[in-house]
Amino acid sequence: MKKNILEDIAYARSGDKGPNANVGVVFKDKVSYDWGLKKLTSSTVKEYFGTMVKGQVERYELPNLYALNFILNDSLQGGGSETLINDAQGKTFGQAILMMQIDF
Amino acid sequence: MNSIRIANGQGFWGDNVDAPSKLIHYGDIDYLTLDYLAEVTMSIMQRQKIKNPEEGGYATDFVKLIDSCIDEILSNKIKIIANAGGVNPHACKKALLEIANKKKLTLKVAIIKGDDIYNDIDTFIDNGEKFSNLYTGESVSLIREHITSANVYIDSFSAAEALAQGADIVLCGRISDPGLVVAPCIYEFGWSKSDFNKLASATVAGHIVECGAQCTGGNFSKWMDVQNLENIGYPIASVNEDGTFQISKPDNTGGLINRFTVSEQILYELGDPKCYISPDVCVDFTSFKLEEVSDNVVGVKGVKGYAPTDTYKVSFSYFNGYKASGQLTVSAPNALQKAKKSAEIIWKNLEALNLKYDKTCTEFLGLSSCHQSLVIMPDYINEIVLRLGVKSNAYKDVLRFTKELAPLITSGPPGITGFSEGRPKVKEVVAYWPSLINKNRITTKVEI
Repeated sequence: MKKNILEDIAYARSGDKGPNANVGVVFKDKVSYDWGLKKLTSSTVKEYFGTMVKGQVERYELPNLYALNFILNDSLQGGGSETLINDAQGKTFGQAILMMQIDF
Repeated sequence: MNSIRIANGQGFWGDNVDAPSKLIHYGDIDYLTLDYLAEVTMSIMQRQKIKNPEEGGYATDFVKLIDSCIDEILSNKIKIIANAGGVNPHACKKALLEIANKKKLTLKVAIIKGDDIYNDIDTFIDNGEKFSNLYTGESVSLIREHITSANVYIDSFSAAEALAQGADIVLCGRISDPGLVVAPCIYEFGWSKSDFNKLASATVAGHIVECGAQCTGGNFSKWMDVQNLENIGYPIASVNEDGTFQISKPDNTGGLINRFTVSEQILYELGDPKCYISPDVCVDFTSFKLEEVSDNVVGVKGVKGYAPTDTYKVSFSYFNGYKASGQLTVSAPNALQKAKKSAEIIWKNLEALNLKYDKTCTEFLGLSSCHQSLVIMPDYINEIVLRLGVKSNAYKDVLRFTKELAPLITSGPPGITGFSEGRPKVKEVVAYWPSLINKNRITTKVEI
């Protein structure tokens, strides 16, 4: 099977919610969304981000938009104005998830 | 069916300064909404007001905007709803009226009062309000003496009432961001507090446009498909009486509006999509459908809403120590090794001084500061920006850190540069404490 990356079948945007980041993934069509429902789970996303996410990953489904919303708990080293990291609001996490290698 | 065109020309304080005036000139709009506030902004404004009670504590950019566009706003009857009043709406109003007086124009400016509870915190606490942290459950007594601002996210009905009283400009304090769009709909269409689906629909419209160009092709995954980003059009929501709406942008502007640019923004900073809580209504973000109506126009219909909660969100900001971060540029060869060595020298020097920090941070910009553990190591690194940061409650310890970077240029590994900005500045950490308050404890009113 040809190796793809998530960017081939989805769009993503991320931002902050206090000390947590959210990553929204919008799939191109229903076939891609159905793949995401099965394969892009909270545990695969948690595993992918590794040490970047200290807490749990929660997943919410938006079938109307063919989208999944992930909350990456405790991933901004404090968040807000308390964090010292360069990407204080997790703005680049969306780009990161799109580079995930997938079997699609 | 009646319909109104509501634009957003400012997603945050610091957004494009020309966007609002372009919407006024070319947008054919009825309402212009402008969002200037974030948690940290309120705290900065509170401090400005303490220093200068007569003139400080509001978004001064807004006054400059009105100064440049007041004739057109009044002649085209474009109403403006902005949270530009910050923590000193009266001073903001005064500045606006001075502009109108100078030009011999009549301008009606309304202020929405009741969101700023900074001076009433003790009274509320004495009367039994806990203000526990929404996420951690901790008692507000932990931070009481360090609080620098306190604002309630109020509902949109007072702003609608201000429009009914004939305001040309409505100065809100901490109205919810989507509320800037909901308010004119309530006024124009006579929606009631129980029109949940309609309020929810306008809330979705407000959520989509509240970050300005982020729904019109800005920050979009397929950025290479977006034309003319240098002249990106800011969004306009055309809301119908039944709540359905379309997102568009002025003709002859750059950017892109399609199902995906809008969907990305719908997901921005979203939590549980089935339960998006605004002060006006609870919204189900899984309920509606998007439709690409024509080029750069996306329609939304079918939004479902439910009764709001009986609490308002309260946002406290409080002083929580000091921080500083600074950087050095390290060139090849061996850029990463030299950057690591430089960091080691700086941390060892601080340790030798017995300085302890609550938090430290070492990052390699150009390599891994964004994607951290996910980064694939390149074969050759041309240069790296070493970025270091510290946080502490002791000002002098943070100040000492700021003096440790520059010496590396002459006393560390070779090929270190990029220090022309001088020593980094020590900044106060303004932390954020989210909480709730029962709605019946808060009274909002219109002052015109």
